[in-house]
Amino acid sequence: MTEWVSENGLLLGLALLDGLAYAALVFLVAVGLNLVFGVLRIVNVAHGSLFAIGAYAAASLGLFFAASGLPPWAGYVALLLAAALTGLVLGPPIEKLVLRRVYGHEQSLQLLVTFALFMILEDVQKLVWGVQPVSNDTPMKLLGTVDVPFGEDVIPFTAYQLFVLPGLAVFTLLALAWFLRRTLTGRVIVAVTTDKEAAMAMGIDATRVTLLTFTFGAALAALGGALASPTTSLVPGVGAQTIVLSFAVVATAGLGQIEGAAVSSLLIGLGRSVAVYFAPEFEVVVPYIIMVAVLLVRPQGLFGVLETRRV
Amino acid sequence: MRTPDAPPLLSARGLRLAFGGVKAADGIDLDVLQGEFLAIIGPNGAGKTTFINMTTGYLAPQGGSIAYQGQSILGLRPRQIVRRGIGRSFQLPQLFTEHTVLENAALAVAARAGIWSPFRRLLRPEWQEEAEALLERFGLLSVAHARADALNEGARKLADIAMAVALEPRLLLMDEPTSGVAATEKMKVVETLVRVLRQAGVTAVFVEHDMDVVARFADRVAVWSQGRIAALGPPAEVLADPRVRREVIGIEAAGAPSGLPAGGGGHA
Amino acid sequence: MSNTPARHPSASSLPRLGGAARGAGLEMALTLIGALALILIAWAAPWLRFVLTIALAKGIAVLGILLLLRAGQVSFGHAMFLATGAYTVAFLAPSVPEALILLPLGGALALGLGLVVGLFVVRYRDIFFGMLNLALSMVLYSLLEKLYSLTKGTDGIRVAGLTFAGQSPPRETQEWLMFGLALGLALVFGLLVRAYLASPMGQALKGIKTRETRLEFMGVPARRVLLFAYAFSALMGGVAGTLVAMTSRHVTPLLAYWTSSGELVFIAILGGAGSALGPFLGAVAFELVRVYAAAQLADAWQMILGAVLLGVILFAPGGVWGILSARLKGRAA
Repeated sequence: MTEWVSENGLLLGLALLDGLAYAALVFLVAVGLNLVFGVLRIVNVAHGSLFAIGAYAAASLGLFFAASGLPPWAGYVALLLAAALTGLVLGPPIEKLVLRRVYGHEQSLQLLVTFALFMILEDVQKLVWGVQPVSNDTPMKLLGTVDVPFGEDVIPFTAYQLFVLPGLAVFTLLALAWFLRRTLTGRVIVAVTTDKEAAMAMGIDATRVTLLTFTFGAALAALGGALASPTTSLVPGVGAQTIVLSFAVVATAGLGQIEGAAVSSLLIGLGRSVAVYFAPEFEVVVPYIIMVAVLLVRPQGLFGVLETRRV
Repeated sequence: MRTPDAPPLLSARGLRLAFGGVKAADGIDLDVLQGEFLAIIGPNGAGKTTFINMTTGYLAPQGGSIAYQGQSILGLRPRQIVRRGIGRSFQLPQLFTEHTVLENAALAVAARAGIWSPFRRLLRPEWQEEAEALLERFGLLSVAHARADALNEGARKLADIAMAVALEPRLLLMDEPTSGVAATEKMKVVETLVRVLRQAGVTAVFVEHDMDVVARFADRVAVWSQGRIAALGPPAEVLADPRVRREVIGIEAAGAPSGLPAGGGGHA
Repeated sequence: MSNTPARHPSASSLPRLGGAARGAGLEMALTLIGALALILIAWAAPWLRFVLTIALAKGIAVLGILLLLRAGQVSFGHAMFLATGAYTVAFLAPSVPEALILLPLGGALALGLGLVVGLFVVRYRDIFFGMLNLALSMVLYSLLEKLYSLTKGTDGIRVAGLTFAGQSPPRETQEWLMFGLALGLALVFGLLVRAYLASPMGQALKGIKTRETRLEFMGVPARRVLLFAYAFSALMGGVAGTLVAMTSRHVTPLLAYWTSSGELVFIAILGGAGSALGPFLGAVAFELVRVYAAAQLADAWQMILGAVLLGVILFAPGGVWGILSARLKGRAA
């Protein structure tokens, strides 16, 4: 055991650090998926595509800023701007033109509709950005690396992944909790989530809340993508991976559980990155093994509540 | 009809169940006798449906015991309890809304006679015949080919009960068989029901808000109040009890002045 | 709710008084005409024989999607069974080249996988059912892609040297054999599914969509009803996969990718979920269009599918079969 640790300690350390950064990104996407589900009662299969488009947009905008001679820190503005733009440009039309037509219909039909959107948005990426890898790692390189002590070893790790990503994820979690509990708009969203009819009877404009929530959720997915873009080169297919992964996170936590999603993001993020270093063939499998194991024991997820139907 | 000397068909002892702080069952003791029609009355929220849900395996009691024909049925799933001979109907009729009434009935027949048949049609002659005979007994033959969601409330209630009867239960628990049925149809619905159940020799427990129905058709009445049985006996006796009149029947007649939650039967 | 595909009223294959016999007769007549037309096209346009064989195979897999749609469930992962059948052929063909053994074997392995996966997914409905299927198929895809030593990764495996009842006939005969096999199996499975849907188990499947609680209170375990349908659909997916592998002679992980599953769902909705004929109408239309369009529009192909899917769901919920049968019935009446 001790021998194994000393031999593989460095790898394990890297896996933990990577996992933390990865969990932060996954959390941002999953929490958006959860938020949208809470209000719209729709699991948006195209949510992963919004992540991918956010990533592409951030990389392009960052490269454009750099080419226009803006200072390097503008690259961080590009990340946030790209996320906001993606949410604002794609969110409202999707909600208004498509989703609004299927509220209250069977879940399977709603699922089909968002799956169709997913098919469309996946090709939008190919048409706009092509199939060649796109990358802009300036925002990550700019912050340099930090030497993380790990046992007797020292692991050099990028400050971007070590501080910025987890920091923003924690900030989002806290800000969201504050927003939903302490602000009027947040409370309205919670009211619609808990009981739409009652909320509407009290004079809440559910149509507006729905539009707002979907746009915000889309922007969160895009933010996840934008923040991920400096750490990797972008290729087609990211959207599909992201939606199944964030669904795994959401299902493991329990549909609609925001704080729970933070815990399961960590669980799945760490599990996956350990696999990346020790059994790379099974990298993609590990998140689902975790999900299936949890669901077999608790079908409603770790933090989910079972609903009994009244008869 | 009733056989008082035989051992009780169903025997509940000390049933307890609370939702949060609300005691839906707070020590229920009840024997259902072979062949009787037992009415359950009481204000909404008294735990009447909870009793049916516990007896049919939909809710698990936190304490107490339920025995059917001398054997405990605690911990069994709804479908296992159904197979032992305890049927139920629902306050909100649970019909297959995209099927016709005939197909609903035939599915119930198939559920009893053999659902695991992948390639022979559901509406095979013998099952179709049985389903039609069942619908005829309930006066539903004229709507046999209508979709279940196109029926009026009275017909839906009857179809719901017919599906339970198709399973040939010995004990049938009915949750408000007349609620939502138009006042003009109500007696007709109940008469049809009682005739069919007596013919089939089914023991019945039914939750009811209409005291006329109770007085006319029940052998015994159990009065539910805050998760307990407040009174139990023949209708003439129980319905004459001043306390029962005040707490249960009073609100039925006068529209809930007594501070108790309004009874669901008030609209009848 | 009339704009859900599976609920289209004119699409029910149930006997209704009056229209029943005519509806069934129409379906049979169309089946025969369709089969003859396919044979004619395959004979007159040899380059389409391959396309039609693949279309028939996919139609068989789509029959499985149709079964699940009856229960109101959509699986976004059924390509995993297609891939199971296909890789069975690819792995075993070097040692067991006999097509008539590989075919049932591929089906059986997919059935086995279907039972195992089914035991898990039938505990869920709607969103979870759809997404868990998607997730599991992505697991299979990534395994096929990553376990290079076994599967040769994205390069895929070539299938060569198949025999038919011990013979290895010339290429054209083999093409005809595959076409005939696919057509025959399509007819057999089509009839089986048609009977299944009218049977107690098929009707109970429809009951899962509308009133699952009632099934339980009738003493019928709803999960088992769904499990049988799921296993049946997996079997058909596996058979379809073996046909695809033996026809295209090349198997890649892409067969298990979400786009393949999406295609199956797309075809089911396009063809209409009302009749066992729908999947084949949808599949033939789909494959023919793809032959001509996909090459020009490779990067926009999914986008077009998605747009059409949205259009069909929102504006023509009965699919091709729904439109066709409504027209024909309207004319007959």
